Formats: sequence, structure tokens, C-alpha cells
Amino acid sequence: MASKFQRKGKSGDTPGINTASLPDIVFMLLFFFMVSTTMREQELKIQVRVPDATEIQKLEKKSLVSYIYVGEPKRSYQRFFGSEPRIQLNDAFKQVKEIPDYVAAEREARDENERPFMTTSLKIDYEVKMGIVTDIKQELRKANALKINYSSKQKTE
Amino acid sequence: MARQNNQEINAGSMADIAFLLLIFFLVTTTMDTDKGLARQLPPMPEDEQPDEDNKIKERNLLVVLINKNDRLLVNGEEMYVDNLKDKTKEFIANPAQDENLPQMERKVIMIKNPDYYPGSEEPKKIPHKLFESRYPDGYPVSKGVISLQNDRGTSYKRYIEVQNELVAAYNELRNELSMRMFQKRYNELTDEGDVDAIRAAIPQRISEAEPKNIGD
Repeated sequence: MASKFQRKGKSGDTPGINTASLPDIVFMLLFFFMVSTTMREQELKIQVRVPDATEIQKLEKKSLVSYIYVGEPKRSYQRFFGSEPRIQLNDAFKQVKEIPDYVAAEREARDENERPFMTTSLKIDYEVKMGIVTDIKQELRKANALKINYSSKQKTE
Repeated sequence: MARQNNQEINAGSMADIAFLLLIFFLVTTTMDTDKGLARQLPPMPEDEQPDEDNKIKERNLLVVLINKNDRLLVNGEEMYVDNLKDKTKEFIANPAQDENLPQMERKVIMIKNPDYYPGSEEPKKIPHKLFESRYPDGYPVSKGVISLQNDRGTSYKRYIEVQNELVAAYNELRNELSMRMFQKRYNELTDEGDVDAIRAAIPQRISEAEPKNIGD
């Protein structure tokens, strides 16, 4: 009776699992991640937990966005930079008065007819006080970079 | 016969290659898409220019103050963030034609002319047809302005909460108008002219005052 369930040709030992579809599965995963994620822009030296909001809009053109990060330096940097909120532009800690230079450099890097559509995304930790944010906004106004976006994540009820 | 004639390519390592790629992408990319509250900063005031805010009548102004303890003062009375949206909506729409709430100004709703291009004979802006037929003497546009002021000690979290509530109030009013006019939600409108018209009918007027210390 047992021979009824045995495969023909082979005798006794169990057959291995067919892995022919494994690459397909992995490729599917790969494509999912390629589509749904974005390249990491730069290493953050500060902690940024953006606040929640409900009325958020998606930023349209990634290439026209420049970023300003504000927050407490991460643990490993606190020895040198203290624990007061700091501004990070590109890969370095910067002062408020260096923002116009940064904006000018960002503007210079873009195509001329795209410059009016440039947006500055403010990624600011929610525990930061408004004083430093107000200073940044004033500098942005001076630099005539008026389109801004307060980065925030969708509030989950 | 043990040996077959047409041998297949060994695809056993395909999975390994794909895994390698997958792990590479997992490490180098991030999930977070960029979203947030889009705002427009006012241009830097020119010297010797008279302050615009002084010209606005008191009834047309909703002053929202946030102090350093994150508490709200709206037109002189203390308020919780949860009530701010309804207060703002009432302020902008002024449904009861209250004397103390903003005036309405009848305006013809103008939208961008799709036929216009630089150098053409066409006018740059044209009136919106549906608004024109339903409101022959113009749609009543609120003159209300919201002035948001905060202290240097206000937390960013509270500031965004308040901004969010103000934008939510505008969005809800736009939604209501959009449902009335086009039987569609504002963010589901497909025609660019319709979106333009709604924006013109309920303009978002949130002014962020020059920074100053409000104290506690």
C-alpha cells in the first residue's frame, strides 16, 4: 500500500523543496522596495521626530527641494555640540546666519527656469522651541526663499 | 537515460543575486516620503513701507497668540486647540452676518484663462462660468485675515498643531463650497479652473506677523 504514495523512479528518500520560484519571489520583494522607498539623502547628525498633522500635502518635485534639519544632536555628537537644538545643512552643523549662503548655493545648482518653484523643507523636531524656527524663517525671507514646507507625518487616529 | 540532451542553465544562484540586490536597496533607501504643511512666507517688508496690518479693521482680524507655555489666546479669549477649527470656520464664513465678524465682499470669481499664453490676445484671467451664473453679482468673499503670533518659547509641536487647525478650517470650508458647486470634494476636483475658482472664493489668508516677544 505504501508504494502508492511513493514517487516513481526514486525510492525512499524525501524529495527536496523546489526552489525554482524563489528568485521570482525575491525579485518581487526587490521591486516593491525599489518603488516604495527613496534613496537616503544624507546622514543625519541630529534627532528629528517630525510632528503630526492631518492637512498634509505631498512635496511635488524632489529635485527642487532643499532641506533644513533642526533638532537635538544625536548622542555621539552631544560631546562636541551639546544638547541644544542645532541646524544641519547638508552634512554639517551650521549657524542660522549661514542659511542664505546655503539657499544661494542650492539655487545656483538648479536650472534657471525651475528656480521659482524651489521649496525649502523644514524638518524640525517637535520639541524644538519656536525661537530658532522664527530665526530660520526670517533668514529664508531675507534670502527670498518663500516657499516652505513644514515636514510632518500623517496623524493616525 | 540518465543524461538529458538539452541542459538548463543552473538558476540556483539567481536567488542569491536577487537577495543581494534586495539587501542593498533595504540599506540605502528610506521609506519616508516627504509630506508636510506647505506654506508661503511673506516677502521681507521694504523700508518705510506702511504696515499693512494697521489698515485691516478689527472685525476682519482674528488674532491667534501662542505663549511660551503653549497656551492659546484667540481674539482676547483663552481657547483650547480643539475648539480653534470651529472658531476659525465661523470667523471666515460668518454665516449669521454678525456685526463683529468679517465683512463680505462681492467679487466675480476669476480663474486663469487656459487659452492664454504670453504674448497672446486673450485676457489673462476670465470669470468662472458656473460661479458667474449662480452668483450674478459676485460671490461673497470673506475679508477675514488670521494673524498668527507666537513666542520664542512656544514649542514647535504646538505651533504645527495650530497651523494644522487653521489650514483644516480653510480646507473644510473649501470642501463644503466644492460640494455645493461641483458635487465633488475639493481635493477630488479634476478641472484646474474649478480648483482655481474655489481658491479665489475662499482665499487662505494666514499672516505670520513679524517676530516679537509676547511673553507669558
